[in-house]
Amino acid sequence: MKKFDMRKLEENFFKILMIGSCVIVTGSLALILWSILRRGLPAMSLDMVSSVPKGGFYMGGEGGILNAIVGSLLLASGASVLAFLLSLPVSIGLNVYLRRGSRLASFARFSLDVLNGVPSIVYGAFGFALMLFFGLKASLLAGIITVALLILPIMCRAMDEVFQMVPKDMMDVSHSLGATRLQAALSVLTRQALPGITTAILISFGRGIGDAASVLFTAGYSDNLPSSVLSPVASLPLAIFFQLGTPVPEVQDRAYASALILTTMILLLSIGARVASRKLSRNIIK
Amino acid sequence: MDTKTHISVRNLNVHYKESHALRNINIDIPDKKITVILGPSGCGKSTLLKCFNRLIDTVEDVKVTGQVLVDGEDLFSPDAEVTHIRKKMGLLSQRPVPLPMSIYDNVAYGPRLHGLRKRAALDAIVEKHLKMASLWDEVEGRLHEPASKLSIGQQQRLCLARGLAVGPEIILGDEPTSALDPKSSRHIEQRFLELKNEYTIVIVTHILRQAKRLADYVVFLYLGELIEHGPAQEMFENPKEEMTREYMKGIIS
Repeated sequence: MKKFDMRKLEENFFKILMIGSCVIVTGSLALILWSILRRGLPAMSLDMVSSVPKGGFYMGGEGGILNAIVGSLLLASGASVLAFLLSLPVSIGLNVYLRRGSRLASFARFSLDVLNGVPSIVYGAFGFALMLFFGLKASLLAGIITVALLILPIMCRAMDEVFQMVPKDMMDVSHSLGATRLQAALSVLTRQALPGITTAILISFGRGIGDAASVLFTAGYSDNLPSSVLSPVASLPLAIFFQLGTPVPEVQDRAYASALILTTMILLLSIGARVASRKLSRNIIK
Repeated sequence: MDTKTHISVRNLNVHYKESHALRNINIDIPDKKITVILGPSGCGKSTLLKCFNRLIDTVEDVKVTGQVLVDGEDLFSPDAEVTHIRKKMGLLSQRPVPLPMSIYDNVAYGPRLHGLRKRAALDAIVEKHLKMASLWDEVEGRLHEPASKLSIGQQQRLCLARGLAVGPEIILGDEPTSALDPKSSRHIEQRFLELKNEYTIVIVTHILRQAKRLADYVVFLYLGELIEHGPAQEMFENPKEEMTREYMKGIIS
């Protein structure tokens, strides 16, 4: 009889565990997509993406969710730009100006990680308080600011991680040719980290566009396209929420169609991120 | 040897967090000669080199006392302008470190930092220095390809061209051939021999034969201490110190 081989058993056990986990992960993604497609696809129409809600839309009337698509794109892009303008100096500061063992740097990283764990409804409430303080109404601007706060920690930490990967030698070269720290950061650090920065921005954009709680009080909701940064805007997550909340099955199906639109946007974004980072890595030193 | 001094080191001490890396170093590095800093690993050779362009500043928990005078100007004095000092030095490190940009942009990087924007002038600088590093013929038609596409040996020559392009007076080499194959190493050595008429060159190496091929002046360090320094011939053939003699014979390494 063959000897009982414990190592082989271990090997097989972990193989099964690994395959099982992969199946669960891809399976849940497939189930989500399937349920959205099953109910959303029949409700999908050109009207959905090309017109704003008309009278009685939420009772099964005509119209679409163009207001929410435009609103979400504006909110997420505005927030990404704003967050990027803050993240870039923060992450450059953490990696170029502060020493590696600096207490301030580790405190800043810790704070960002804590902020990252704060639920988005809290950002919503904070944004709301901020909005009242500045005398703003629920508007595109207030929404952008709140979403920017929400995605700031993700973007900062993601950029911080990419910057940490840039070899110190490269910065030394730049310094030894006479660059100031800022010059070295802008001409070498950001260039070497460009694909990573792009990914960081797109991940944050994706997080921002999908969040409902932060825009609930701050961006408001409107059936019209926004006319200025001070007018309230609709957003896709809230559009889904409102449509699902109606008792009309037809409108509920439209919620799935809206979810399909949001998911497709995020999917396109991920593909875009991959393509972009491949293009941008042309000059990168491996 | 009757020469001018370019770099003078006076009572230089470098402390890292837990070690005393350089102990009271005093040397005069001659102008327009190749000075080779010899010594076993960990003796402070690279640290000394890093003091010359103050790249030591980027090391954490380090304390430097003493003076390094370049053309009579103290690098470590509080009013010394660090970017100005570094512009005087071209550095070649152990492994070539190309920047994440094209071949052209690598060479143009330094001049651009110092404010040169004119295309024609940059073109001329890039061509001139790639020729000095004898890389021009190999890259002439593909200047706008990424620098990472070059071989390691070519990358090191690119780094030399990039260093030369800021118009330094001094070339520092920190074991500049240690990552290269023998042919590429020879190539780099040849460049040094050509360049020594116009530049003061300081090279750190632990390869004795390389030192013999290149050196006009030799500095021997051991465990952070300056054991002996002098003209190459004297140092190789008739060193005064027992320790230098042993090192030259290969007894200690």
